[in-house]
Amino acid sequence: MAVSVRRLGPRAVGLTYLLALLGAPVAMIFYRTFEHGLAPVWNAVTQPNAIHAFWLSVELVAIVVPLNTVFGIGIALLIERGRFRGRALLGLLLDLPFAISPVVVGLALVLVYGRTGWFGNWLTAHGIQVIFSIPGMVLATAFVSLPFVARETVPVLHELGTDAEQAAATLGASAWQTFRRVTLPAIRWGVVYGVVLTTARALGEFGAVSIVSGRLEGQTQTLPLYVQDRFENFDTTGAYAAAVVLALLAFATLLTMNLLARRTRRDTAV
Amino acid sequence: MRNRTIPAVVSILALLGAVLGVAACGSSSSSKQLTLVAYSTPEGAYASLIPAFEATSDGKGIAFGQSYGPSGDQSRAVAAGLKADVVNFSLEPDVTRLVKAGLVSSSWNQNATHGFVTESVAVIIVRKGNPKHITGWSDLVKPGVQVVTPNPFTSGSARWNIMAAYGAQIKEGKTPAEAQAYLQALFHNVVSQDSSARNALQTFLAGRGDALIDYEDEAIADQKKGSPIEYVIPKDTILIQNPIAIVTGGNTAAAQKFVNYLLSPAGQKIWAEKGYRPVVEGVAAPGEFPTPTGLFTIASLGGWTQVDKQFFETSTGSVTKIEQSLGVSTAK
Amino acid sequence: MSPGPVSQALERHSPRRRGLPAGGRSATALGNGLLAGYLSVLVLLPVSALLASAASGGSAAFWQSVSGPEAVAALKLTLVASAIVVVVNALFGTLIAWVLVRDEFPGKRVVNALIDLPFALPTVVAGVVLLALYGKGGPAGIDITFTRAAVGLALLFVTLPFVVRSVQPVLIELDRSMEEAAGSLGAGSWTVFRRIVLPNLTPAILSGAALSFARALGEFGSVVLISGNLPFKTEVGSVYIFNQVENDNVAAAASVSVVLLACALVVLGAMTWLSRRGSAHGG
Repeated sequence: MAVSVRRLGPRAVGLTYLLALLGAPVAMIFYRTFEHGLAPVWNAVTQPNAIHAFWLSVELVAIVVPLNTVFGIGIALLIERGRFRGRALLGLLLDLPFAISPVVVGLALVLVYGRTGWFGNWLTAHGIQVIFSIPGMVLATAFVSLPFVARETVPVLHELGTDAEQAAATLGASAWQTFRRVTLPAIRWGVVYGVVLTTARALGEFGAVSIVSGRLEGQTQTLPLYVQDRFENFDTTGAYAAAVVLALLAFATLLTMNLLARRTRRDTAV
Repeated sequence: MRNRTIPAVVSILALLGAVLGVAACGSSSSSKQLTLVAYSTPEGAYASLIPAFEATSDGKGIAFGQSYGPSGDQSRAVAAGLKADVVNFSLEPDVTRLVKAGLVSSSWNQNATHGFVTESVAVIIVRKGNPKHITGWSDLVKPGVQVVTPNPFTSGSARWNIMAAYGAQIKEGKTPAEAQAYLQALFHNVVSQDSSARNALQTFLAGRGDALIDYEDEAIADQKKGSPIEYVIPKDTILIQNPIAIVTGGNTAAAQKFVNYLLSPAGQKIWAEKGYRPVVEGVAAPGEFPTPTGLFTIASLGGWTQVDKQFFETSTGSVTKIEQSLGVSTAK
Repeated sequence: MSPGPVSQALERHSPRRRGLPAGGRSATALGNGLLAGYLSVLVLLPVSALLASAASGGSAAFWQSVSGPEAVAALKLTLVASAIVVVVNALFGTLIAWVLVRDEFPGKRVVNALIDLPFALPTVVAGVVLLALYGKGGPAGIDITFTRAAVGLALLFVTLPFVVRSVQPVLIELDRSMEEAAGSLGAGSWTVFRRIVLPNLTPAILSGAALSFARALGEFGSVVLISGNLPFKTEVGSVYIFNQVENDNVAAAASVSVVLLACALVVLGAMTWLSRRGSAHGG
């Protein structure tokens, strides 16, 4: 009796909190999307602009997530395994992107890479357009989703300790072998959630991307920008349908990463 | 073998990303490409106007790029290097910014319509049946009436609403001090100051507030959508005038043809169908857009440059001070 | 600003252990150089531009922009709301992570898959849905619109995943033998949690909490609709910053952002320190 209360207590409290804060809103989004049946939803998500926005969002994620994953793991290793004085500072620097309002992120990027920005003349002279085209959107998306992988990996690395890595090094494994065979399998869940969060955040970002994209329909309009555009035009079905697509993309990422992580475990167990 | 695959895949993806990124910046506009950068509300109208223009001999074969967003954001984007051929904003100062940046000719408003492409008026949206019997500005300051309006500091376009309320008091013969007192009373009744007109409407449709100050075209569009609202045109209200301009250095010939079409009777007829007041005579059906007896313009209040300074300047503007005095009393 | 000194510093203090072959060492240096370049292009340059813009008007102008009554009210609200959000997140985030890792119940996978949605959903959608759910006439039967509670609710929604997702991987990797040993020695489950599990989770909880604090400081879209955006009452810092941008007052916007950044740095620094102290204590 006492045991079951102790087990059920956390579950009940946790799930109630989730239901109120997350379950209900998500259920409402799905309800609002499908309340008039499937046909209008299908119609909404197959609009040329919606399809273009979908692929643009996927493209941004495909560029940003690998970059932030590789660099994120590198930064995490530096912070946790490095032995230099600025380690704590590096950790702080890493969190800055979250504390800056997305609008200001966009503004700061324009100040640096825009027509009248620091590198504006140089970029224009070389025919490179960063702001109001894909590179600027990549920068904005990478900026707002930068810390996740490192932040998720650092605590795991910390918890892990260095014993196994040192043992591997003593046994003659190279740094890369040690990382690949010992460290990576151990931190995989941290990396998995880091990638999942990076992807979700990169998919959903509106404010910063909105400023640096120029919002050209069918050209630089991502799915969240498309959602906003549909709201502005009283097309709530279109807006909700696109939001559901974003949610499904996030689900798919989580599933894929879960599968990958499970496979990694089997690999290393053998 | 497998050891190598993951880093290989990752580096290929990263490379691919870099290549895609660089490739994407090479896309430039051809002579048949026309980019329109506009504020949010007229998107629905352009959805009809652009195909209609493309069906004319002038518009044949022109590919349109379209960008819509908050008026101020759009203007700042063009100033920061967003390629545009035609700009259509909610407020004149958004064009002035581009004149200062050397992107729009200073003679942009030297035409028959003074640079404006559409007009509208500030109206009061109420719930169906008008349960609070709101007929004009004076009803908005009655006790117990809850008013929704976008925040004039977050949304530049919302300044039309505030100046409509202020100017109407002047029109009724009140002194500037009395008109200022009216604004104070009005803000006392404001329950929500959303970030944009669209968000304010969202709030109102979600059941909050008795009255929403908005533009007539938005009210018409929303009514056509079947929302349970109606709107009141106050006796004294402001004439909203939305500017259009051609950006220099772009595809100016095609841009001029497009603007000409938007100002032609055929183009203006489509604007009217979408709820905008035409800027040329004889397009709207008689009685379609009743002219309020006390209609006034922003010019009669000194023009936007002076109005922005006098009312909305950070820390010294009179509306800023109203927000402060109310804020200090309610915030504790 | 230039990546030179940073990469040099990173190279000099290479993280790799002794006994590295020469090839590996240069590869590490290359990696560190790339890392420094990436951080420079992405973070250092834009943040420097922000600082330069904030400083462009001189210290008097900076002080004036951040000490106006509306700015102070917005900053205060943002800081207080973010602090509350952090505490709630730390508690419930840990609890949810615990339930997701250690508990078994039908539908657990579905719940696990939902956690990240607040990031993927555009904030405008979050705002509209929260308004419909917790506004007048909503199914919840409560109306918190236009109140400061609404600000808190919206912030809790957008920051939900942080603590959950940082505690989860640590909990998965945590060796359970210690807990079992303690349990077999007669320690109650609460004692086991407090004395054995919690010290191990502390760095992860603090890490997630720090991130949610930072994110709460900068959040705009989801808050603005349900809070009514009333100056002095429910207007948050990021909206005030946006107002300054809208008024072509970029320096003032940058100044207020810099203040928020400084607050974030102080809090994040404190959390890092706490986390080190906590883990040193635990270990």
